[in-house]
Amino acid sequence: MVEKGTFKVKSGLAEMLKGGVIMDVVNAEQARIAEDAGAAAVMALEKVPADIREAGGVARMADPAKVKEIMEEVSIPVMAKSRIGHFVEARILESLGVDYVDESEVLTPADEENHIDKWILDVPVVCGARNLAEAARRIGEGAAMIRTKGEAGTGNVVEAVRHMRRINSEIRKVVNMPEDELMSYAKELGAPRDILRVVAEEGRLPVVNFAAGGIATPADAALMMQLGADGVFVGSGVFKSEDPEPRGKAIVDAVTYHDDPDTLAKISENLGEPMVGINMEDMEEEEFIQSR
Amino acid sequence: MQIGVLALQGDFREHRQVLEELGTSTCPVRRPGDLSEVDGLVIPGGESTAISKLLRKWDLFKLIQSQVRGGLPVFGTCAGLILLANELQDGPPTLELLDITVERNSYGRQIESFESRLEVTDELTDEVFHGVFIRAPRVKRVGPGVKVLARYGEDPVLLRQENVLVATFHPELTEEKGIHEYFLREVVGKSSGACYSMGD
Repeated sequence: MVEKGTFKVKSGLAEMLKGGVIMDVVNAEQARIAEDAGAAAVMALEKVPADIREAGGVARMADPAKVKEIMEEVSIPVMAKSRIGHFVEARILESLGVDYVDESEVLTPADEENHIDKWILDVPVVCGARNLAEAARRIGEGAAMIRTKGEAGTGNVVEAVRHMRRINSEIRKVVNMPEDELMSYAKELGAPRDILRVVAEEGRLPVVNFAAGGIATPADAALMMQLGADGVFVGSGVFKSEDPEPRGKAIVDAVTYHDDPDTLAKISENLGEPMVGINMEDMEEEEFIQSR
Repeated sequence: MQIGVLALQGDFREHRQVLEELGTSTCPVRRPGDLSEVDGLVIPGGESTAISKLLRKWDLFKLIQSQVRGGLPVFGTCAGLILLANELQDGPPTLELLDITVERNSYGRQIESFESRLEVTDELTDEVFHGVFIRAPRVKRVGPGVKVLARYGEDPVLLRQENVLVATFHPELTEEKGIHEYFLREVVGKSSGACYSMGD
């Protein structure tokens, strides 16, 4: 008896990506650079988040021709983004054969109430979260991987740090909670109790949790790993920097050697200018995409 | 006895967890020096391209080659099998420690990843194992010195050549510990180095 599309094989691919870097790429040439730099996977896009932010308007799933171009170039897994709630975009990406769909707040949401029912898809889906409640709801909907939302396209790691710390501190709270308080805490958080019970038993999310949103330097990547991330997504941080190739390699090394400051010092040398960062206090409320 | 688990990228945490649940102490291997005190090595699942680059860049490639050629027991799953193979149809440089030819992602992309019960054809155990195959490689040629321990249909999925044990699937992702036990008992336990250190 052979079974495909099971939760085990969906979450299993995320397990294989751990300790790795997933890089945003917009064409085959960038995908080649990412694979050569040691990326564990690439995210196929038409624009990186910094450019989506700048362009404004409605951001949608990438052109399938673009996604296929990238899939043909590299042997590592290829991910692609669908809008939140846009299950048809997710189905199209599944039909293209992408290895993971990112139901992403970086694109303009298609549904302001509901996310995609990810259980009906054979392709695994990763979702963003700012806290344990969001993570647990997404897992309840069938997400096989979680990442922090951070604040994409800013080159500022502060929001990713906030989200990772918050998720982990809420996990610690659940672990120490007596069983009879769990239901009311689930109600307070707006999180499925069954998922919280698993979190309480295992002391971590039942799926892999990556860091994403604002990671621009090897030190940022190492910081997120030390805060408990299983790996990192780098969006605009590589290809919006002065010299993408050495920066990509350095971020890959920084994830593996995240707890070794001597190595981090060495690999952080002479990488050129990182992407320009944006301070959160310089942003208007409607410019934040994490609240989508 | 201590088993090193290559911890450059991939699901090394799961391998360490299985081995520790079997009462074996483990350590992560990220540096050449980490290999000096291990009685066996596990190369986990992950992305073979990424792991191959890191192995070469951080001076582990030749060291692992020479230690395994010198008898160090090694167990590779999925990407680990790819990295230990003598020959790939297409892919990064490998350690060339096992006489097989491998095609990567041979069953297709993630959507074709699957789970299946496995036929075990050896002294390994009477149990039937559950195989989790994720963007799995396929062994296309098996050299004369290599023994096939389990198959999925016609495809060899668990193989051994002396001190090298490999699987195209992920025993570290299931609750069954039989294959790790086999590695500890038959491969590590019966190698001369391990007997010495177990007597310490």
